[in-house]
Amino acid sequence: MSSIETKPDGLIDRRSFVMHLLADRGDDLCVVGGLGSPCYDMKAAGDHPLNFYLYGAMGGAVPMAMGLAAAQPEKRVMALTGDGEVLMGLTGLAAAGAEGLENLIVVVLDNERYGETGQQTTHTARGVNLAQTAIGLGYKSVRDIQTAAEAAELQEWTMTVRGPACAVVKISPDAAGMALPPQDGVYMKHRFRERLLGVQPR
Amino acid sequence: MTDQAQADAWRDAIFDAFVDAGIAQVAYVPDAGHKRLIERTQAANGMRAMSVATEEDAVACLAGAWLGGQKGALLMQSSGVGNTINMLSLAKTCQFPLPMFITMRGEWGEFNSWQMQMGETTQAHLEISGVKCYRCEEPEDVAETVRVAIEQAYNGQTQTAVLLAQKLVGTKKFSDGGLGDNKK
Repeated sequence: MSSIETKPDGLIDRRSFVMHLLADRGDDLCVVGGLGSPCYDMKAAGDHPLNFYLYGAMGGAVPMAMGLAAAQPEKRVMALTGDGEVLMGLTGLAAAGAEGLENLIVVVLDNERYGETGQQTTHTARGVNLAQTAIGLGYKSVRDIQTAAEAAELQEWTMTVRGPACAVVKISPDAAGMALPPQDGVYMKHRFRERLLGVQPR
Repeated sequence: MTDQAQADAWRDAIFDAFVDAGIAQVAYVPDAGHKRLIERTQAANGMRAMSVATEEDAVACLAGAWLGGQKGALLMQSSGVGNTINMLSLAKTCQFPLPMFITMRGEWGEFNSWQMQMGETTQAHLEISGVKCYRCEEPEDVAETVRVAIEQAYNGQTQTAVLLAQKLVGTKKFSDGGLGDNKK
C-alpha cells in the first residue's frame, strides 16, 4: 500500500492521504466528493463508478451522502469534502448527525483554505474547529487527525466504524494540482446506478 | 364533509399518492400546512421522513436517495424556495428527479408582510430554474396534481413543483393575545 507523505510544512499531503484512504476499496464503499480539490484527489486515487463528483452544489456533499446512506444501509457511504465546502453546508452536517445513519462517514480535508479561488483562508484558520463541531452535532465517532500516522488508520476506520462518523484531517495547503474527473452529471448518475443497482438508463 | 375533514382529506391524498408512487424518502422543512402530512410520513412503514434545517439540504438529500435507488419527495413552504436556488443546479445538471410540494404564503389574506416577497416570486424563481410548476387551489384537484407531478419527475428525470395555494392551505391566524392592546 502507498504511504502517506508529510509536506515540508509538517502537514499531511492530501493526495497521498486520499490515495491511501481509497486504496483497494471495492464496491462496498460509495463516495460523494465535494467540489474542488477533494474531487481531484479522488480522481488521482483512481476513478470508480461509485464515486460521484460534485463540480458545483457547494455544501451539498454531506446531505447528498446522507440520502444515499439512508437508501443503501448495507453500503458504506462517505462524503469526502473540504473545509470550505462543509462550512457552506453546516446545516447538512447537522442533519446527517441528527439522522444517525450508522453507515455514513464524513471526511473533511481541512487545509484552512478556499483552494479553488486563490487560497483565501476559511474560518478554520481563525479558530473554528470542525472536529469539535462534529462532536456537538451528534457524530458518534469523531477523529481529529494531525499526523500521517493517525491518517493511516482511517481506511480501516472507514470500513468498520459505527456512524455517523466524522474525521477532520488537517492537510497541507500546498496545492496538489488538478486531476479532472468526469464532469457530466448525467453520465455519473447512470454509471453509479448501473454499478450499484444494476439498472440501465432508459 | 366538515371543514376539518376536507382539510385532512387532501393532505391524506398527498400521502396516498406518495405510497402509490413508492416514495421512500420525504425530506422536509416543517410548515404548518404540511403538519399532518409530515406526521403521517413519520409514522409510515417503508417511508423515511428526513428532517433538514434548510431546504437546499433536502434537494441534495433526495439526489443521494435516487443515486441509491430510492424515490423521494420534498416538502417546504414558499419562503424555502429561495434557499434552494443554487442546489437546484445539482438536480438540473444531473437530471435528478425531484418532485416538490410547496405550501404557499404571502397571498390570500396573508398577515405577515415579510412573507410577501418570496410568496409573490416563488413560481417565477422555480420556473426560471427550470422547474415545472402546477398550482392547486381546490381540494378536489390535489390528488391528481400530486400524482402527475411525481410521475413527470420520475418518468422524465426532471424537477416538478406543486404549489398548494394559501386559499387551499388556509391563512395563518396571528394574534397578540391582547398583550398589545393598550385599551385593556
